[in-house]
Amino acid sequence: MSEETLCFHFDVDGDDFTSAGQASVQVKKLLRELGVSPEVIRRVSIAMYEGEINMVIHAGGGKADVLVDETSIVIILTDEGPGIPNIKQAMQEGYSTAPDNVRSLGFGAGMGLPNMKRYTDHMEIESAPGKGTTIKMTVEL
Amino acid sequence: MTVAALIERLSLETVTVADPDREVTGGYAGDLLSWVMGRASEGDAWVTIMTNINVVAVASLSDVACVVLCENVPVEEDVIATATARGVTLLRTEKPTFEMCAAIADALNGASV
Ligand SMILES: Nc1ncnc2c1ncn2[C@@H]1O[C@H](COP(=O)(O)OP(=O)(O)O)[C@@H](O)[C@H]1O
Ligand SMILES: [Mg+2]
Repeated sequence: MSEETLCFHFDVDGDDFTSAGQASVQVKKLLRELGVSPEVIRRVSIAMYEGEINMVIHAGGGKADVLVDETSIVIILTDEGPGIPNIKQAMQEGYSTAPDNVRSLGFGAGMGLPNMKRYTDHMEIESAPGKGTTIKMTVEL
Repeated sequence: MTVAALIERLSLETVTVADPDREVTGGYAGDLLSWVMGRASEGDAWVTIMTNINVVAVASLSDVACVVLCENVPVEEDVIATATARGVTLLRTEKPTFEMCAAIADALNGASV
Protein backbone atom coordinates (compact mmCIF):
# COMPACT_ATOMS: atom_id res chain seq x y z
CA MET A 1 0.00 0.00 0.00
CA SER A 2 1.21 3.53 -0.70
CA GLU A 3 1.81 6.38 1.74
CA GLU A 4 -1.37 8.20 0.91
CA THR A 5 -4.76 7.71 2.49
CA LEU A 6 -7.40 6.04 0.34
CA CYS A 7 -10.91 7.45 0.81
CA PHE A 8 -14.15 5.76 -0.14
CA HIS A 9 -17.57 7.34 0.15
CA PHE A 10 -20.96 5.62 0.20
CA ASP A 11 -24.51 6.91 0.48
CA VAL A 12 -26.74 4.63 2.52
CA ASP A 13 -30.31 4.65 1.28
CA GLY A 14 -32.82 4.92 4.09
CA ASP A 15 -35.82 3.41 2.33
CA ASP A 16 -34.39 0.19 1.15
CA PHE A 17 -33.94 -2.24 3.95
CA THR A 18 -33.36 -5.20 1.66
CA SER A 19 -30.38 -3.64 -0.09
CA ALA A 20 -28.82 -2.45 3.17
CA GLY A 21 -25.30 -3.74 3.40
CA GLN A 22 -24.22 -2.77 -0.08
CA ALA A 23 -21.58 -0.37 1.21
CA SER A 24 -20.14 -3.04 3.53
CA VAL A 25 -20.06 -5.59 0.74
CA GLN A 26 -18.19 -3.12 -1.49
CA VAL A 27 -15.75 -2.29 1.28
CA LYS A 28 -15.11 -5.97 1.78
CA LYS A 29 -14.26 -6.27 -1.91
CA LEU A 30 -12.01 -3.17 -1.88
CA LEU A 31 -10.08 -4.33 1.17
CA ARG A 32 -9.58 -7.74 -0.36
CA GLU A 33 -8.11 -6.07 -3.46
CA LEU A 34 -5.80 -4.06 -1.22
CA GLY A 35 -4.50 -7.28 0.29
CA VAL A 36 -5.86 -6.71 3.81
CA SER A 37 -5.97 -9.89 5.92
CA PRO A 38 -9.25 -11.86 5.97
CA GLU A 39 -9.54 -11.49 9.75
CA VAL A 40 -9.36 -7.68 9.55
CA ILE A 41 -11.73 -7.62 6.58
CA ARG A 42 -14.23 -9.67 8.55
CA ARG A 43 -14.08 -7.31 11.55
CA VAL A 44 -14.32 -4.16 9.44
CA SER A 45 -17.15 -5.37 7.26
CA ILE A 46 -19.29 -6.71 10.12
CA ALA A 47 -18.83 -3.48 12.12
CA MET A 48 -19.69 -1.41 9.09
CA TYR A 49 -22.71 -3.55 8.22
CA GLU A 50 -24.13 -3.14 11.73
CA GLY A 51 -23.63 0.62 11.43
CA GLU A 52 -25.21 0.69 8.01
CA ILE A 53 -28.22 -1.32 9.19
CA ASN A 54 -28.61 1.06 12.14
CA MET A 55 -28.68 4.08 9.85
CA VAL A 56 -31.37 2.39 7.75
CA ILE A 57 -33.51 1.19 10.69
CA HIS A 58 -33.08 4.06 13.10
CA ALA A 59 -32.05 7.13 11.13
CA GLY A 60 -33.62 7.01 7.65
CA GLY A 61 -30.25 6.51 5.96
CA GLY A 62 -26.94 8.34 6.04
CA LYS A 63 -23.46 8.19 4.65
CA ALA A 64 -20.34 6.17 5.20
CA ASP A 65 -16.73 7.17 4.66
CA VAL A 66 -13.91 4.69 4.83
CA LEU A 67 -10.31 5.83 5.09
CA VAL A 68 -7.49 3.39 4.63
CA ASP A 69 -3.81 4.06 5.17
CA GLU A 70 -0.85 1.95 6.16
CA THR A 71 -1.65 1.90 9.85
CA SER A 72 -5.43 1.76 10.10
CA ILE A 73 -8.88 1.55 8.60
CA VAL A 74 -11.27 4.26 9.77
CA ILE A 75 -15.02 4.06 9.21
CA ILE A 76 -17.10 7.20 9.74
CA LEU A 77 -20.88 6.84 9.68
CA THR A 78 -22.92 10.02 9.66
CA ASP A 79 -26.68 10.44 9.72
CA GLU A 80 -29.22 13.16 10.35
CA GLY A 81 -31.67 10.92 12.13
CA PRO A 82 -33.25 11.37 15.56
CA GLY A 83 -29.99 10.86 17.46
CA ILE A 84 -29.36 8.62 20.46
CA PRO A 85 -30.61 10.17 23.72
CA ASN A 86 -28.71 7.80 26.04
CA ILE A 87 -25.58 6.36 24.47
CA LYS A 88 -24.63 4.28 27.50
CA GLN A 89 -28.00 2.56 27.45
CA ALA A 90 -27.86 2.06 23.67
CA MET A 91 -24.47 0.35 24.03
CA GLN A 92 -25.89 -2.34 26.34
CA GLU A 93 -26.35 -5.77 24.82
CA GLY A 94 -30.04 -6.38 24.20
CA TYR A 95 -31.19 -2.76 24.29
CA SER A 96 -33.21 -1.98 21.17
CA THR A 97 -35.93 0.35 20.01
CA ALA A 98 -36.30 -1.47 16.67
CA PRO A 99 -39.89 -1.91 15.43
CA ASP A 100 -41.53 -5.34 15.03
CA ASN A 101 -41.22 -5.50 11.24
CA VAL A 102 -37.45 -5.18 11.62
CA ARG A 103 -37.36 -7.82 14.33
CA SER A 104 -39.21 -10.28 12.16
CA LEU A 105 -36.29 -10.04 9.70
CA GLY A 106 -33.85 -11.07 12.41
CA PHE A 107 -32.58 -7.61 13.33
CA GLY A 108 -33.30 -5.58 16.44
CA ALA A 109 -31.50 -7.88 18.87
CA GLY A 110 -29.77 -4.89 20.44
CA MET A 111 -26.38 -6.35 19.59
CA GLY A 112 -25.38 -4.01 16.78
CA LEU A 113 -23.53 -1.31 18.71
CA PRO A 114 -21.89 -3.93 20.99
CA ASN A 115 -20.71 -5.82 17.89
CA MET A 116 -19.30 -2.61 16.41
CA LYS A 117 -17.35 -2.06 19.60
CA ARG A 118 -16.22 -5.68 19.81
CA TYR A 119 -14.87 -5.82 16.28
CA THR A 120 -13.04 -2.48 16.21
CA ASP A 121 -10.12 -1.11 18.23
CA HIS A 122 -11.68 2.29 18.92
CA MET A 123 -15.22 3.52 18.64
CA GLU A 124 -16.54 7.01 19.32
CA ILE A 125 -20.20 7.98 19.18
CA GLU A 126 -21.30 11.58 18.89
CA SER A 127 -25.04 11.96 19.09
CA ALA A 128 -27.75 14.15 20.50
CA PRO A 129 -31.54 14.12 20.08
CA GLY A 130 -32.49 16.05 16.96
CA LYS A 131 -28.85 16.39 15.85
CA GLY A 132 -28.18 13.03 14.25
CA THR A 133 -25.40 10.60 14.95
CA THR A 134 -21.76 10.26 13.95
CA ILE A 135 -19.87 7.10 14.72
CA LYS A 136 -16.15 6.75 14.13
CA MET A 137 -14.61 3.30 14.27
CA THR A 138 -10.93 2.46 13.85
CA VAL A 139 -9.31 -0.87 13.17
CA GLU A 140 -5.52 -0.93 13.49
CA LEU A 141 -3.55 -2.72 10.82
CA MET B 1 -14.94 -31.92 6.69
CA THR B 2 -15.77 -30.21 3.40
CA VAL B 3 -19.10 -28.68 2.43
CA ALA B 4 -19.49 -31.46 -0.17
CA ALA B 5 -18.88 -34.14 2.46
CA LEU B 6 -21.41 -32.53 4.82
CA ILE B 7 -24.03 -32.42 2.04
CA GLU B 8 -23.44 -36.09 1.28
CA ARG B 9 -23.36 -37.27 4.88
CA LEU B 10 -26.52 -35.39 5.99
CA SER B 11 -28.39 -35.68 2.68
CA LEU B 12 -28.78 -31.91 2.44
CA GLU B 13 -30.57 -30.26 -0.41
CA THR B 14 -28.29 -27.94 -2.35
CA VAL B 15 -30.02 -24.63 -2.99
CA THR B 16 -26.81 -23.02 -4.27
CA VAL B 17 -23.25 -24.17 -3.71
CA ALA B 18 -20.35 -21.76 -4.08
CA ASP B 19 -17.38 -23.84 -2.98
CA PRO B 20 -17.92 -27.57 -2.33
CA ASP B 21 -14.30 -27.92 -1.17
CA ARG B 22 -14.58 -25.28 1.53
CA GLU B 23 -13.74 -26.70 4.95
CA VAL B 24 -16.48 -26.65 7.61
CA THR B 25 -14.67 -26.09 10.88
CA GLY B 26 -17.56 -25.64 13.30
CA GLY B 27 -21.19 -24.71 13.64
CA TYR B 28 -23.43 -21.96 14.96
CA ALA B 29 -27.21 -21.86 15.29
CA GLY B 30 -29.28 -18.70 15.46
CA ASP B 31 -31.92 -16.57 13.77
CA LEU B 32 -31.01 -13.18 15.21
CA LEU B 33 -28.59 -11.74 12.70
CA SER B 34 -26.53 -9.63 15.07
CA TRP B 35 -26.02 -12.60 17.37
CA VAL B 36 -24.73 -14.55 14.41
CA MET B 37 -22.38 -11.74 13.37
CA GLY B 38 -21.16 -11.39 16.95
CA ARG B 39 -20.75 -15.06 17.78
CA ALA B 40 -20.39 -17.25 14.70
CA SER B 41 -16.88 -18.03 13.53
CA GLU B 42 -15.42 -17.97 10.07
CA GLY B 43 -15.80 -21.45 8.56
CA ASP B 44 -18.91 -22.38 10.57
CA ALA B 45 -22.00 -24.10 9.23
CA TRP B 46 -24.71 -21.56 10.18
CA VAL B 47 -27.99 -23.27 11.01
CA THR B 48 -31.09 -21.08 10.79
CA ILE B 49 -34.70 -20.78 9.67
CA MET B 50 -34.29 -17.22 8.39
CA THR B 51 -34.25 -16.86 4.61
CA ASN B 52 -34.60 -13.15 3.89
CA ILE B 53 -32.04 -11.36 1.75
CA ASN B 54 -30.10 -10.06 4.75
CA VAL B 55 -29.13 -13.65 5.58
CA VAL B 56 -26.95 -13.62 2.46
CA ALA B 57 -25.15 -10.45 3.57
CA VAL B 58 -24.62 -11.82 7.08
CA ALA B 59 -23.31 -15.15 5.76
CA SER B 60 -20.95 -13.36 3.39
CA LEU B 61 -19.64 -10.81 5.91
CA SER B 62 -19.26 -13.44 8.66
CA ASP B 63 -17.50 -15.68 6.16
CA VAL B 64 -19.33 -18.85 7.26
CA ALA B 65 -18.67 -21.98 5.18
CA CYS B 66 -22.36 -22.56 4.47
CA VAL B 67 -25.88 -21.74 5.61
CA VAL B 68 -28.09 -24.70 6.56
CA LEU B 69 -31.79 -23.80 6.29
CA CYS B 70 -34.02 -25.98 8.44
CA GLU B 71 -37.65 -27.15 8.35
CA ASN B 72 -37.66 -26.87 4.56
CA VAL B 73 -38.20 -23.11 4.75
CA PRO B 74 -39.00 -21.58 1.37
CA VAL B 75 -36.28 -19.45 -0.23
CA GLU B 76 -37.15 -16.75 -2.75
CA GLU B 77 -35.49 -16.67 -6.15
CA ASP B 78 -33.81 -13.29 -5.62
CA VAL B 79 -32.26 -14.59 -2.41
CA ILE B 80 -30.84 -17.59 -4.26
CA ALA B 81 -29.58 -15.34 -7.06
CA THR B 82 -27.88 -12.97 -4.62
CA ALA B 83 -26.32 -15.87 -2.71
CA THR B 84 -24.97 -17.31 -5.94
CA ALA B 85 -23.58 -13.92 -7.00
CA ARG B 86 -21.90 -13.39 -3.63
CA GLY B 87 -20.45 -16.87 -3.32
CA VAL B 88 -22.68 -17.90 -0.40
CA THR B 89 -23.61 -21.59 -0.10
CA LEU B 90 -27.25 -22.28 0.87
CA LEU B 91 -28.24 -25.82 1.89
CA ARG B 92 -31.60 -27.07 3.09
CA THR B 93 -33.07 -29.85 5.21
CA GLU B 94 -36.52 -30.88 6.41
CA LYS B 95 -35.10 -31.41 9.89
CA PRO B 96 -35.69 -28.88 12.66
CA THR B 97 -32.75 -26.83 13.95
CA PHE B 98 -32.13 -28.99 17.04
CA GLU B 99 -31.86 -32.22 15.10
CA MET B 100 -29.77 -30.63 12.37
CA CYS B 101 -27.29 -29.23 14.88
CA ALA B 102 -26.94 -32.62 16.54
CA ALA B 103 -26.31 -34.23 13.16
CA ILE B 104 -23.72 -31.61 12.17
CA ALA B 105 -21.96 -31.97 15.51
CA ASP B 106 -21.83 -35.75 15.01
CA ALA B 107 -20.50 -35.35 11.50
CA LEU B 108 -17.80 -32.87 12.56
CA ASN B 109 -16.77 -34.88 15.60
CA GLY B 110 -16.72 -38.09 13.61
CA ALA B 111 -14.52 -36.46 11.01
CA SER B 112 -11.94 -35.27 13.48
CA VAL B 113 -11.22 -38.59 15.21
N1 LIG C 1 -27.83 5.74 13.88
C1 LIG C 1 -28.70 5.71 14.90
N2 LIG C 1 -29.62 6.71 15.05
C2 LIG C 1 -30.50 6.69 16.08
N3 LIG C 1 -30.56 5.71 17.01
C3 LIG C 1 -29.66 4.70 16.92
C4 LIG C 1 -28.71 4.63 15.86
N4 LIG C 1 -27.97 3.52 16.03
C5 LIG C 1 -28.44 2.92 17.14
N5 LIG C 1 -29.46 3.61 17.68
C6 LIG C 1 -30.21 3.30 18.92
O1 LIG C 1 -29.44 2.39 19.70
C7 LIG C 1 -30.17 1.18 19.92
C8 LIG C 1 -29.24 0.00 19.97
O2 LIG C 1 -28.62 -0.21 18.68
P1 LIG C 1 -28.11 -1.65 18.32
O3 LIG C 1 -27.19 -2.13 19.39
O4 LIG C 1 -27.56 -1.62 16.93
O5 LIG C 1 -29.41 -2.54 18.38
P2 LIG C 1 -30.63 -2.68 17.34
O6 LIG C 1 -30.25 -1.99 16.07
O7 LIG C 1 -30.77 -4.14 17.20
O8 LIG C 1 -31.81 -2.03 17.98
C9 LIG C 1 -31.19 1.13 18.79
O9 LIG C 1 -32.30 0.34 19.08
C10 LIG C 1 -31.54 2.61 18.65
O10 LIG C 1 -32.44 3.02 19.67
MG1 LIG D 1 -28.47 -2.41 15.16
